[in-house]
Amino acid sequence: MEPILFIIFGAIAVGGAIMVVTRKHPMSSALYLILTLFAVAALFVLRQAHFLAAIQVIVYAGAVMVLFIFVIMLINVPENKLPMERLTGLRLLGVVAAGFLILESAILARRFAMPAGSTADAGSVQAVGRALFTDYLLAFEITSVLLLAAVIGAIALAKRKI
Amino acid sequence: MMEPTAYLLLSGILFGIGVAGVVARKNALIILMSVEIMLNAVNVAFIAVGSHLGDPTGSIFAFMVMTVAAAEAAVGLAILIAIYRLKETIDITELSVLKW
Repeated sequence: MEPILFIIFGAIAVGGAIMVVTRKHPMSSALYLILTLFAVAALFVLRQAHFLAAIQVIVYAGAVMVLFIFVIMLINVPENKLPMERLTGLRLLGVVAAGFLILESAILARRFAMPAGSTADAGSVQAVGRALFTDYLLAFEITSVLLLAAVIGAIALAKRKI
Repeated sequence: MMEPTAYLLLSGILFGIGVAGVVARKNALIILMSVEIMLNAVNVAFIAVGSHLGDPTGSIFAFMVMTVAAAEAAVGLAILIAIYRLKETIDITELSVLKW
């Protein structure tokens, strides 16, 4: 069952990602990005990472994408003032380089060989929560400081006058 | 459960699409979204290998990446709003004040 679902959701994720980078208007890109994020959340479920799948939907598809759509609507660039996208030689070279990156990662992925660990569900809420609040407690606390810094920085940057 | 090879391949494809978006597009909003795709591709690899090894560390790392992505989106979009207020454009080729 897993291979079939993997192919379906993987195809949705890749197709959505391609649409994100090829659409002209940022709003259609944002909507396709939400599709990709949901497909990736489904892939997390396939790997038994239920906690991360829930976080992906709530934080990414919920909070971050709402922020994106909010900003797209707030600055609301008129259709005729969107940047003109021309495919110059340098840009084409960049896309080709990205293609080589995919090729390299494919070769690396084929060479992946690691013994499978215990099949206990490592991505469940219990396992992740226990690891997060014992072994990785310091990293977790520092993450909260990072988020605080990001909030203050975002307000300071977007405010007209401080 | 499947071997993680297919997931790693998918992760590489998503990352490459994100890179292509960053280098080929001019619209700053779409570039930020491409960065989000790249971060998500990394998460796919973390989760695939983490569940293969039966270790919650993969999930923890993906969690941290998500936190950083949220912070990056907030600060990046704030910078974008400030730039748009100043320059009335989101075309990155016109934002070259820091160029020599």
